[in-house]
Formats: sequence, structure tokens, C-alpha cells
Amino acid sequence: MSFVNELYQEVILDHNRQPRNYGDLPDATEKAEGYNPLCGDRVTVYIKRDGDVIQDVKFVGAGCAISTASASLMTETLKGKNLAQARVLFEKFRDMVMGNLDMEMDDEDLEKLVVFHRLSDYPVRVKCATLVWHALLSALEKEEKAVSTE
Amino acid sequence: MDSIERAEATVSDRLTGPCRIDVDRLRGDFPILSSTVYGKPLVYLDNAATTQKPAVVIETLRNYYEQVNSNIHRGVHHLSQVATDEYEKSRRTVQRFLNARKVSEIVFVRGTTEGVNLIAQTFGRSRLAEGDEVVISAMEHHSNIVPWQMVCEQMGARLKVIPMNDRGELLIEKYAGLLGPRTKLVSFVHVSNALGTVNPAREMIQLAHERGIPVVLDGAQSLPHLKVDVQELDVDFFVFSGHKAFGPTGIGAVYGKLKHLEAMPPYQGGGDMISSVSFEKTTYNEVPHKFEAGTPNIAGAIGLGASLEYLAGLDLDVVAGYEEGLVEYAHEALLEVPGLRLIGTAEKKAGVVSFVLESVHPHDIGTILDREGVAIRTGHHCAQPVMDFYGVPATARASFAFYNKREEIDILVQGLGKAIEVFR
Ligand SMILES: Cc1ncc(COP(=O)(O)O)c(C=O)c1O
Repeated sequence: MSFVNELYQEVILDHNRQPRNYGDLPDATEKAEGYNPLCGDRVTVYIKRDGDVIQDVKFVGAGCAISTASASLMTETLKGKNLAQARVLFEKFRDMVMGNLDMEMDDEDLEKLVVFHRLSDYPVRVKCATLVWHALLSALEKEEKAVSTE
Repeated sequence: MDSIERAEATVSDRLTGPCRIDVDRLRGDFPILSSTVYGKPLVYLDNAATTQKPAVVIETLRNYYEQVNSNIHRGVHHLSQVATDEYEKSRRTVQRFLNARKVSEIVFVRGTTEGVNLIAQTFGRSRLAEGDEVVISAMEHHSNIVPWQMVCEQMGARLKVIPMNDRGELLIEKYAGLLGPRTKLVSFVHVSNALGTVNPAREMIQLAHERGIPVVLDGAQSLPHLKVDVQELDVDFFVFSGHKAFGPTGIGAVYGKLKHLEAMPPYQGGGDMISSVSFEKTTYNEVPHKFEAGTPNIAGAIGLGASLEYLAGLDLDVVAGYEEGLVEYAHEALLEVPGLRLIGTAEKKAGVVSFVLESVHPHDIGTILDREGVAIRTGHHCAQPVMDFYGVPATARASFAFYNKREEIDILVQGLGKAIEVFR
């Protein structure tokens, strides 16, 4: 497989073309914005929480394929998870894209997010994928201000 | 290249008119240009971010540290004398290169950013009062926006912005209309790093001078591409970065008319910028030393001298003509790419071609091209207001130097084809 296809796997291309859970969430309980000053990418995440459980999560924003697909796949993965699970998932995801996760041992809860594992070969693109997650966590931590990858 | 190919290249070089430069020979002067990335020959098209360095500059730096290294303006010993002489010789090189009247009109700084800050905080601050206005343009680099915002904030002055049209050309009548009794300063970019537009500096300076308003030119992108003559421009200040003109990083210069420099308060306080210090009173050194507090970037200044001498050894009009041909060729080749939109189509451009693709975000373009060995810049190019104007978060930008070739533009275009293929 060429490098291009390793990075831009079909799942990523598909979620870039047709992002899932795109749009705002009128009855959101939390909302946060993420901004990557390096490339100008902006994303807003909306969460609807019922107690500890993420009932629904959506996003809007314009960005590169990696950031769009990451946002789309994140929303799919998070629905129905509780806050503690979301945090653990983020940490694992971050470790994976930074190349700090043993993919043989430790990848099962990442589900579809494993398509991003080759990102560790592209350090400058890691922030594209983590931006939406940073926004999510700041929403969960109820920081209203925009988070930045810098 | 064999001789047949060379003959063909000459024919296809007709666009550049009578201009002839032996690009293959010039490329030999730049060691990095023969390197490979990911096993592919490097195609370096990020010259607006920084240019590559010819061997003579690298040698000069090496030679300085091996044989000269010493502090300047303060030792009686031999090496200090040699270092001082070399440093001051570079100042004369800058003076000659810009055709400044006097060598004392050249102040060494870290680069364009520091240069603009210096002017804003000395000249600007001493001229501005509450309600005054500073005029800049819609296509400025952040380094020619933020320093003016800061001084305006400090002094209660206001920033006015010269608008542009969709091609990325400043509206000169609107500009003239902005110049009023409260306008104390005009500062604009000579060549835009985001759009490539060459602004009509001479005409714009004249318009300001008719109303007695001094003008600062951001020459970061013009000096490497155009012949700059500060006397002919009659510009009050001209600022540039050495690293964008084939010299080292961390060095650049401010040209300022002597009458301004002499009247300006110092920038930073410290050693070298004084002639005597007591706890009661300090007397400042004369220009330009008044503006060069502390141990400067001695090696960098000497390296800058070497890069400008190298540039001066080329025929700069021929170089400009050749580069114009490259930009024209790139425009034509890029417009063949489906879904490509050029950002910045001014009548007069230098060195820069910015674009976006319908189906591929600039960041993804950058990554895919990178694996083809092609280095371009993607992002907002430190010119967010320009991005806002065109309604894009970012662009992809190819920027050229005289060592770039049409073949490299062809490789860029092929790479874009691959990107489009992936994202189909
Ligand atoms: C037009 C323009 N002005 C100013 C600058 C700032 O130059 P430096 O970063 O060398 O201070 C740049 C560099 O990107 C530029 O292109």
C-alpha cells in the first residue's frame, strides 16, 4: 500500500466526504470550540448528556480530511459512552496517534478509530486529529472558552 | 540535462523574453537543492517562508566561527578588530544593495518583524497622539499589523486599512482617500507573501509624501525578487529579512532616512547603543548604533553580507524576468488542474502562487505533495485577514526563487493530480 492510502484510508476518506453527526444540537447540554491556529481549522462540538452518559454528540466546522474524519468518527464512537469512558478513549486515541500505543495489545476499545494509527508517522498532522477531542473534553469540563491546539 | 533537452528548455523559456540565466549552474551553488526527501529529489517551493543558502554563505559563517569569532566594537585585540571590520563591511554591502545614501542609514535587526516593531515603537510612538491614524493595507503579514495595533493602542491612535479588489490589488483611489490630516504614517507590504501582488510602491509613496506623510515598506518578499532602490522609491523606511534573501536566519535590516533615524528615540537600552552612562545621565550613541543594543548577530550580519554580494553578482533584472516566467508558467499549469482556484491574480506578481482545490483541503495537499518531495506552505501564511477576504481558512502556496525550474512546477502539478485522485 502506498503511504497515501495508508494515511488516507477508505474509512477516513468516506467520513471526510460524508461526515456523520454533522450539524448543531439544539438541546445540547454542553458546547465547545476548538481552533488550530496553524491551519485555521475550527470545530464546534455539541454534547447532550443525560447524567453521566453522552446521549448525543454532533459537530460543525471546516477542516482538512484528517480533522473532519476524526470529528465524525469520534461522534460515532462516543454515543452511549459515559464520561469516564470518553476520557479513557481520548487518552488511548492520543497515545495511538502519537505512536505510544502497542497496537497488538491495546487497540480493541478504539473500534473504528484505529484507522488513524498511521498518523504517528505524520507528527505535524497529529493535532488535526486531536483538535476535536480537545474541544470535547473542554466541553465536558465546562470550559466555555475556545480551546487551541497551541 | 543533455543538449537536446537543453535546447528544448531554451525554446520553452521564451516566455521570459531575452532573459537568460543558467539555472542548472546556479542550483549547483545551493548544496541542499541536490538532496532527496522520501527518496525523491527535493522540489523546494517554499521560498517565501525561507530561501535556501548558497555555499558561499555557509562557508562565510563557518569561516567566521573558525577564524574570526570575537565581539565587536569593544576589543583592542586583533580578532575583535577583524570581526568589527567584517560586520561594518556587511553594513556597507546592505547600503550598496539598497542604494542607500549613507551607511549609517542601515540598522541591523533580527528580521522584518523586529524591524517593524522597532519603527513602530520609536518613530511611530514619537509621532502618534490620540486620534491620529496609521494606514496599512488589507494584505499585510501579521508582522505589519500587530506592531501598529500595539502602538495605536498605546497612543490612542487608529488603524486604517487600504482595501483591495478580488484579484488582490490595492485600490489606489481608496488609499488616496484614506490619507487625511490625522494620518501620521503609512506602512504596507511591497510584495505580498500570501498573494504575490507587487504593490505600486513608488506611486503610493508619492501620494503619501504629497501630504507630508512618511512611509514604511515591508520588503520581506520584494528584496529577494525585485531590484530595490530606496532612493528611487524615496521610501522613509524599508525593512527586510536576510533569511528570505538567501542569507542566515536571525538577521535583517532596517533602512531609514538619516533625518528620521537621528530624530528617533532608541529602541532597546543596553551596551553598544550608548556613548556614556552614569547613574544620572546616559548619552546615546550615534546612528545606527543607537538602535543596536547588546551584542548583535555578528555572524548573521556577515553572512547576510555574503548573501547580498552573491545576489548582486546576478543580474537582478534578468532574475526578476526569469521568475516572472515561472509565475506565469505556474498559473497556466495550475489552471489546467480541475477544481483549482487561484488566490491572488494581480496584474503584477512576484514569486508567489496561492491556490485552493475544491475537493482537497490545503493541509492534505501539503501532506501528499510532501511525499512527492515537494515542499510547499499550507495555512494562512500569517495573513489571516487575507484568508477572511477570500473566505478560505487556508491556502496552498508555491513560492519560487531563481533556482526553481519549470520541471519542478510540472512535478507540483502531477502531485496535485495525485491528491485529487485520492480524494475523488
Ligand atoms: C511580507 C512579509 N512580511 C514580514 C514577514 C516576517 O518576516 P520575519 O519572520 O523574517 O521577521 C514575512 C515572513 O513571513 C513576510 O512574508
